Amino acid sequence: MTAPNRPTRLAIAALAVVSILGACTATAAPTVVPATATAAPATATAPAATATAAVTQAPTATPAPATDTPAAQTEITVVSLIPGSEQTAFDAFNAQVAQFEAKYPNIKVNAQEYEWTGPTFAAMLAGGTLPDVFTIPFTDGKSLIEQHQLADISTLVAALPYAAKFNPNVLDAGQDASGNVFAIPTAAYGTGLHYNRSLFAEAGLDPDKPPTSWAEIRAAAKAIAEQTGMSGYSEMSQSNTGGWMLTTFTYLLGGRMEEGIGTTAQATLDNAATKTALQTLHDMRWTDNSMGSNFLLDWGSINQDFAAGKIGMYMSGSDVYTSLKRTNNISPDDYGLAALPLADDPNAGILGGGTLAAVNVKSSDAAKDAAVKWIDFYYMSKLLNQEAAVLDAKTLFDAGQPVGVPALPIFDKATLDQSNEWIKSYINVPLDHMSSFTSGVFQQPLVPEPATHTQELYAALDPVVQAVLTDENADIDALLTKVDSDVQAILAKP
Amino acid sequence: MQLPDVRKRRSLLRGAPAASVGSIAESAETRGRTRSWRPGAGVAGLLFLLPMLVIFGVFSWLPILRALEMSVEKTNLVAPPVFVGLDNFARVLADPVFWVAVKNTAWFALLALIFGYPVPLVLAVLMSEARRFRGLYSVLAYLPVVVPPVVAVLLWKFFYDGSSTGVFNTILGWFGMKPAAWLQSAGTAMPSLVLEATWAAAGGTVIIYLAALQSVPAELYDAADVDGAGLWRKVRYVTLPHLRGILLITLILQIIGTSQLFLEPFLFTGGGPANATTTVLLLIYRYAFQNSIGGDYGSATALSVMLAVFLAAFSWGYFRLTRGWAT
Repeated sequence: MTAPNRPTRLAIAALAVVSILGACTATAAPTVVPATATAAPATATAPAATATAAVTQAPTATPAPATDTPAAQTEITVVSLIPGSEQTAFDAFNAQVAQFEAKYPNIKVNAQEYEWTGPTFAAMLAGGTLPDVFTIPFTDGKSLIEQHQLADISTLVAALPYAAKFNPNVLDAGQDASGNVFAIPTAAYGTGLHYNRSLFAEAGLDPDKPPTSWAEIRAAAKAIAEQTGMSGYSEMSQSNTGGWMLTTFTYLLGGRMEEGIGTTAQATLDNAATKTALQTLHDMRWTDNSMGSNFLLDWGSINQDFAAGKIGMYMSGSDVYTSLKRTNNISPDDYGLAALPLADDPNAGILGGGTLAAVNVKSSDAAKDAAVKWIDFYYMSKLLNQEAAVLDAKTLFDAGQPVGVPALPIFDKATLDQSNEWIKSYINVPLDHMSSFTSGVFQQPLVPEPATHTQELYAALDPVVQAVLTDENADIDALLTKVDSDVQAILAKP
Repeated sequence: MQLPDVRKRRSLLRGAPAASVGSIAESAETRGRTRSWRPGAGVAGLLFLLPMLVIFGVFSWLPILRALEMSVEKTNLVAPPVFVGLDNFARVLADPVFWVAVKNTAWFALLALIFGYPVPLVLAVLMSEARRFRGLYSVLAYLPVVVPPVVAVLLWKFFYDGSSTGVFNTILGWFGMKPAAWLQSAGTAMPSLVLEATWAAAGGTVIIYLAALQSVPAELYDAADVDGAGLWRKVRYVTLPHLRGILLITLILQIIGTSQLFLEPFLFTGGGPANATTTVLLLIYRYAFQNSIGGDYGSATALSVMLAVFLAAFSWGYFRLTRGWAT
């Protein structure tokens, strides 16, 4: 065989280069360019998510008021439901998108499945792949505003008819020091005790009389564990939820995790209430053996086990029923929600938090305008407008989705009661199974989450909770001394 | 075609003083010739090489250089980065969890070395001795490698269920033993991860050993048989000496692999209980992603650089130390 001559070799080489580079471009493009499509969860029902806000209209200098229809076609990406939600839930969401697009023909809404977790949100934030509208917990609002990651939507929010109606304490989570609005509170929760009524009955307990003290919780957990073989009471301990729940328990007993705010904040984790909380968990685990066999649970896995009937009781936000139904298809007959018992201490209260809807700082003005319209339509109107409330409830009801899940007021209790009255005929959640909570929560002081370095504080507490639940000889005093010192170092960071 | 003088090349590789000056000079000349730039063929070669260089540069070396840069910056990829010198390295070294992670990683590597390293070798030797169904055994050994890692971990989570109805605990119950905590205890969590990781990875190494065993001359076993050697003596004096080179490579690959343990602790335990399975790579992940309002990517890359430097130095020392053992 004769070797090709030089021109031939060069031609072949050049052809190969062009072909390979061409192929590389073709294969690399989906990985590199639409980062959102890779980083964000796949969208099951809505049109595919775009990488960023694909706005066909040039940005305008002054956003139009939120009540006007944009003059030109605008496209926004919004978060939809938790990945893995039931198809009926997506059907209901899609119906609401269709209603919105019918109301605003010039706005095209792309949906993106979304579940706020610390790691995934951090990755989306760093990668610049957050959609135009996304939700965050109250605890992250201030920090993201300081980092200039949220769009200033003060003008657009001021144009909303209910702008002056917000509870100032709730709206504060989405405001900067000057009072400018960067995020709108859409839901507020108080922590409650979720219990499995079937397991209660199986254990010889009265499902209509949930525990009203920690002694009763402990006794009920022991009975469930002994009679059913399931976990009587479980506690979250992973992905920062261990710290979240230990803070909840501490609040119930009158303790606090931090004093002060910002750079002057002091860690107060080594306090009597936290010690009592950990000792109670330790005794339930090691003396009563009533906490099952899985001590590495997070929000998703504890919901899953609870809906599967493996857990008798656990603490979580009062609004978790929506996810239990949508994602875990819990039977309403099994579900019960009770108010958490408070210690006889003037500082005792239940931990309260909530969700903010925010707009991406990178969105154009037209997209911001459309985004606030979406927030108004999807999250807010149903709380204030009868027609919107009924439409929302009917859509969800028709799709078999939960309507009337207990929540705390974004505006005031009278407005919340009014909203619930409008949708009364559509409420399909077992409210009679939640009466202990709904009748008791408004008498309980609501205590906000620690304000400074909240998620890092929670993360530092995870191993403490895990140690108590997995090591019979865990030294609670030593654990608290160390974690207090560790968190103090975190709080001292600029 | 003239084959190169193998004896001369070996002597050069070993740096044997017996090699003549002439042979060294000749070899140097040969090396020089192969490195010289030949017009025409060189340009064509460069063009052929270019796509790979571009791909490798953009997707491998550029991120590495970017990581080096980030390791001396305070950055969360949101706010503008600030040069902080070696502060990130100091912060990592001062983090008490860092030393826990190092200890855990070393513990996993040691357990994997003790329990995981010999298993593929024993399996390969036994399988090579099998007279029937050797292909079937190979498939069975390799099957866990084909199972997607996440699926395998979820499967093993059922096995490790700490209740009395868990798969392993049910088996323990047959022998009258109490349920074990498996992943739910700081003492047993890491060995549990080693067990799964060994199961998941052994198949690949078995295949390598089986291939290497094919190269052992059959007449050596025949001679050993004639000499009355049993299985163990044949393995000890025939098989192992011939596998020495492969064994040394798989050993360093295993050490590097176990130093980069992430998937199992991430999916099984999240680093718990109480940081008992937090490894160096999991700590890097936490630095980068634990804080929802902006990760500490400076510390994450600083620890990545430290791990890479350690593994490079370790590998260099390993190959220096074992250079003469491979043949």
